[in-house]
Amino acid sequence: MSNTKYILGSFADPDEMMHGIDKLQANNISIFDCFTPMPIHGIEAKLGVKPSRLPIAAFIFGALGTTLGFALLFYTMAYDWPMNIGGKPSLPLPNFVPVTFEVTILLCALGMVATFFYRNHLFPGRAPRVMDLRATDDRFIIAIDARENTDHALIDTLLKEAGAVEVKYNERKYVSYE
Amino acid sequence: MGTHNHHHNYNFSEQFQFAGIAKVLSLVAIVVGIAAIAMGLLSSDHIMVERTYANLLLMGYYFTCVCAAGAFFVALQMVTQSGWSAGLLRIPQAMASVLPIASILLLVIVGLGLTTHNLYHHWHADGLTDPNSPNYDALVAGKAAFLNVPGFLIRQILFMGSYSIFAFILAKLSYNEDLAGGLTSYKKSFKLSAIFLVIFGFTTPIWSFDTIMSLEAHWFSTMFGWYNFAAMWVSGLSAIAIILILVKKAGYMAWVNENHLHDLGKLMFGFSIFWAYVWFAQFMLIWYSNIPEETVYFYKRWEPEYKPWFWLSIIINFVAPLLLLVDRDAKRKNGMMLFVAILLLLGHWLDYYIMIMPGTVESHRGFGYIEICTAIGFVGLFTFLVMSKLSKHPLAAKHHPFLDESLHHQI
Repeated sequence: MSNTKYILGSFADPDEMMHGIDKLQANNISIFDCFTPMPIHGIEAKLGVKPSRLPIAAFIFGALGTTLGFALLFYTMAYDWPMNIGGKPSLPLPNFVPVTFEVTILLCALGMVATFFYRNHLFPGRAPRVMDLRATDDRFIIAIDARENTDHALIDTLLKEAGAVEVKYNERKYVSYE
Repeated sequence: MGTHNHHHNYNFSEQFQFAGIAKVLSLVAIVVGIAAIAMGLLSSDHIMVERTYANLLLMGYYFTCVCAAGAFFVALQMVTQSGWSAGLLRIPQAMASVLPIASILLLVIVGLGLTTHNLYHHWHADGLTDPNSPNYDALVAGKAAFLNVPGFLIRQILFMGSYSIFAFILAKLSYNEDLAGGLTSYKKSFKLSAIFLVIFGFTTPIWSFDTIMSLEAHWFSTMFGWYNFAAMWVSGLSAIAIILILVKKAGYMAWVNENHLHDLGKLMFGFSIFWAYVWFAQFMLIWYSNIPEETVYFYKRWEPEYKPWFWLSIIINFVAPLLLLVDRDAKRKNGMMLFVAILLLLGHWLDYYIMIMPGTVESHRGFGYIEICTAIGFVGLFTFLVMSKLSKHPLAAKHHPFLDESLHHQI
């Protein structure tokens, strides 16, 4: 049994990579992930990637912002020390709209960025997890879990038939720690 | 880099057939509208005549605004060099081509309303600007340098005339492009669109000050122009969405899919929020400062006969699209988009109703056959003119440089 963890098919052309995905899928070989230097239309549907749940996080952070923004105003302006500004009632709802709105936007934006960073392991000082460095430059990578798909010879053939310029057998998942 | 630029055999030269039930219904609607307007204008009750004029102004302005929004849409896509919309540009172009007719109609309504004193009587009446007259009104006299009959009419003609010319030429250039090909039309459209947007941006606020805000000439708000622009843009986008969905349902424009609808939905969603933003900015500043000369506008609209409609307008135009279109899937579904677009068109009718009626018929507000039938008549006229125009040219600008990008649009 080899120690290969992942097989990476490296393509120079996105059309050939898409073709490679079709070939692998036709042979019931599950694809772990694909890495491309630019967005490719239709690839999510082909790989069956689920839609991002970032909007849900955005909504929750936005709702939290609304609550906190309003609570701040309510506590400082109406509850703890009711303010009389220009003879308006001490709970002047229209006045509270702009601040509540801004805090909603602020928390929504910051929360989305934080969620995105957390989910993608992008912290300052953290080495990014990359399976093939050239996927950030000029190569289109198909990654296959070598433990789940045992017929490595078939995978090799299929990738090369589809036009892969290189097939790598990696014993580590990420190369970027090195 | 096209990853799947193989196999699409769309017939870009296909033309919409405007016939059958749609055509009959639009003609019936026009007849219903004309009959109701004639009954209203010939009524012996002067309040009824005034109410008819107010409704004519409402629908005439609405009609012109929606067509102008079509021209604005085309110009915006040209200037931003947008690719996504290239496949559906024929719809706003058809709306833009109707703008000259809409403008003439509004001009007639405004001119007749002014001369018969059924509209704009707050600033156009005998002796308002004469210090020796018992009717003298110092506020109106102070505004007379701007707000006088010749100036008003000249501005109406200049503004709507220039929008109409640009709208017509922009549509014409695209129709020429179908025959000639090449980039000449596109480049010309780009330049013209840039000029048009500058003119349109600076003059539409003044146009709405004249046409709508001057109905209550004592009151003024600098936000009013943007507020009207937001209403115009949302209703124009809704009209484009409705036409697109119905034309697709009839089996045309197979190259437009849920991705394009999604983008239209985003614009409708976003600009409904923008409308609420501008509406609220105007409201809050007036509410906060509480100066009588400013609050008079909202005071009138908070009288019992207007207040429920005032709040209903906010619910339809802001809360409803916010909740109904916030979800991604909702913007990609024909049924939901059609529902929201129709709701927004009804909502902005109510929006204009609340802008216009307190300055014209005031407490004699009504909602009866004249409101309903005038609206039906103008909807029929809009449908008839826009769909006739749409049926005269192919449904895609087949030589548009970004058409291919539009076909592959995916979000």
